Amino acid sequence: MPIAASDEAEVIDGIFDVMMTIGTGLFLLVQGILLYCMVRFRRRKGDTTDGPPIEGNVPLEILWTAIPAVVVFILAIYSFEVYNTMGGLDPHAAHDVGLHAHHSAPMDQKNMLALDLSSKDLAYGLGVPSESEDQVDLKVKVNAMQYAWIFNYPQGGIVTGELHVPVGKTVELEMEANDVIHAFWLPEFRIKQDVIPGRVTELVFTPNKVGQYPIVCAELCGAYHGGMKTVLYVQSPEDYQQWLKDNTVEKSESTETQKVANASPETEFLLPHVKSLGLLPELEQLHLEH
Amino acid sequence: MTTPLEVSNPHHIDSPQQRKWQDYFTFNTDHKVIGIQYLVTSFVFYFVGGFFAELMRTELATPASDFISPEFYNQALTLHGTIMIFLWIVPAGAGFANYLIPLMVGAEDMAFPRLNAIAFWLTPPGGVLLLSSLLVGAPQAGWTSYPPLSLLSGKWGQELWIMSLLIVGTSSILGAINFITTMLKMRAPGMDIHKMPLFCWSMLAASALILLSTPALAAALILLSFDLIAGTSFFNPTGGGDPIVYQHLFWFYSHPAVYIMILPFFGAISDVIPVHARKPIFGYRAIAYSSLAISFLGLIVWAHHMYTSGTPGWLRLFFMATTMLIAVPTGIKIFSWCATMWGGKISLNSAMLFAIGFVSSFVIGGITGVMLASVPLDIHVHDTYFVVGHFHYVLFGGSVLGLFAGFYHWFPKMTGKMFNETLGRMHFILTFIGLNLTFMPMHELGLLGMNRRIALYDPQFQPLNQLSTWGAYLLAISSLPLVIGVFWSIFKGEIAGDNPWNSLTLEWQTSSPPPILNFDTTPVVVKGPYEYGHNHSSVEDVKLIDAPQSL
Repeated sequence: MPIAASDEAEVIDGIFDVMMTIGTGLFLLVQGILLYCMVRFRRRKGDTTDGPPIEGNVPLEILWTAIPAVVVFILAIYSFEVYNTMGGLDPHAAHDVGLHAHHSAPMDQKNMLALDLSSKDLAYGLGVPSESEDQVDLKVKVNAMQYAWIFNYPQGGIVTGELHVPVGKTVELEMEANDVIHAFWLPEFRIKQDVIPGRVTELVFTPNKVGQYPIVCAELCGAYHGGMKTVLYVQSPEDYQQWLKDNTVEKSESTETQKVANASPETEFLLPHVKSLGLLPELEQLHLEH
Repeated sequence: MTTPLEVSNPHHIDSPQQRKWQDYFTFNTDHKVIGIQYLVTSFVFYFVGGFFAELMRTELATPASDFISPEFYNQALTLHGTIMIFLWIVPAGAGFANYLIPLMVGAEDMAFPRLNAIAFWLTPPGGVLLLSSLLVGAPQAGWTSYPPLSLLSGKWGQELWIMSLLIVGTSSILGAINFITTMLKMRAPGMDIHKMPLFCWSMLAASALILLSTPALAAALILLSFDLIAGTSFFNPTGGGDPIVYQHLFWFYSHPAVYIMILPFFGAISDVIPVHARKPIFGYRAIAYSSLAISFLGLIVWAHHMYTSGTPGWLRLFFMATTMLIAVPTGIKIFSWCATMWGGKISLNSAMLFAIGFVSSFVIGGITGVMLASVPLDIHVHDTYFVVGHFHYVLFGGSVLGLFAGFYHWFPKMTGKMFNETLGRMHFILTFIGLNLTFMPMHELGLLGMNRRIALYDPQFQPLNQLSTWGAYLLAISSLPLVIGVFWSIFKGEIAGDNPWNSLTLEWQTSSPPPILNFDTTPVVVKGPYEYGHNHSSVEDVKLIDAPQSL
């Protein structure tokens, strides 16, 4: 496993280690039996007799039904617990986001209808620790497209190709895809969520280590799927504020140049897309007026 | 050895006792001909699908995209997955089932021979249609072909993919109807359902799954086809459609498909191990019923492929629970096979080596399967090489090794010749090393952060990828002893005789290869299929008497 850069990641590594231990035990048991049988119960030359006519053993069979049943039961409870602490089960929080989806999704009229229906449902995703309903420190909108990630900071109006977040703060990503299904994966955080056109999904995480981490698209999205990568910068609060300031200033001039400034060499091929992205807020305005 | 079977029956003198080679290229309704047709066709597609796999592994030997274009890489991965599933493992299972079920239950043929021939003859056109997509730009959206990607990357290639799967799926449904009817209605006198060989039980379970789940795939494909060709928006979000509905319909078939692909070989292994370990199968009923349990549970686990998709938390947890539960019946089988070998007199021939290799590899796929069932871990490793490693241990380490175990076991029955043991064992050793070398590093790669379905990757993953590529080349080489062995054995192999393994199941009580109507006399079964350990020859165990009047 790569390093764990959030509290949730350490919990997941814990369950991985437990399952790996049980798995290794079972693996060694079965391979041991097979090897022992191959050596010990090999048919000797010239022996044409059969083995003993044992057709079964009910207590033994009950035993090897019951033990795996108990083991998977425990693993299921354990996984449930872990998933719950990750915030996977929080209908209330998820419902709020569902309403969000209604207002924020830049869609045409037909799609608004579809979203109207779905807004009563949940927005799907992961995160939102249940004890911290309003403790999201930073909300970022994420747009996925072939083959790039665009991050939209509501506060500063920053649009960037790389994600900057302050360490120790809870970050909520509201994600939507422009074309096909993508998946937002942070290997060092052990979290992943599909990003789906036509609906909003979300991810909430709290980084605990300053550093640079890869952001990977994990759902096949076209020929250059393998190149759809960017970087998550987890920064100290001071560095983050500095970055925020630097980029907010530029915003007032021209959105075009600001994006150019932010684009790293790897994401330069995005530039053709930037224009269409710039149109999105206007589209949204249009729809609100209708 | 004189047996009642060798007394020729006057009823059959007018018909030829053996098939001519031309029969195998015609619309023949003999289940044995159809079985061989299925097997040969599926082996051809095994090599085609393997060729695409080697292309991908060669590309992945280096991090850059430098061997084939990324577009062609995606075409190769789509064709590799589709061919290996729909044109290799599924039809190979159907091939064994066709050849063996009537023989095992003591019937003359399948219940619906013409339907059976139609089912087979749908397969080659399906395969040709799929490969013809290479001419117009093969599909690039993976064997899962999730919309909207599948709607955006090459219309006609995708449409050919859809047509091909509809045809092959129809073939599979027709086959399943035939298998179920034959097993339930055409068993020989004395063959209680609990005296059926375990291969039949597992085919019963697999056929039920085919009948219940394949229509959902057909529905998904037809709607996808409308979206693609007619511009409807069932799954297309720009018209208000929902791509997640496709995923549900697709996995409602495609998870059971995993069991459709593994159950026949669970059955084959349950028949191979007792014969070569000279012991009764341990826990016949437990193995038989666990197949049915797997079949039932297999229908309610599909959304475990969608933990990171648009699914609510409670649904993810429900599917986690059902998925983990499958470990129980699967565990019963693994322990039962181990217990069958324990204390036996194991003959380490090619069939048995592949059977042991099957248990050994499949248990790895099973363990990683339980790990993947756990929602929190799967959220990390979903769509990574960990998953690729997992399902290749299940499908290659499981289905394909099981298939080879069955192949070596029934080769003498199908051809009348013994397979060359040296070549068979060489095939096993190369395959077993190759498969572990190819697929074991993939688990590590996935955990470290390498996602699947990519033509270009980060340089730090290169050493493990190269190991995997070497493994893949070894797997390619491992086919040589197999191919040479088949031709050598057919032309120069030792004559097998009726029952070279001294097996007790019915298919071995007739000649090798069996006469056109399988048994010259109607067999009457008086004992179970696995009553080894009493040290008498099979002929005494299974009485075969001529009783045409009573039928």
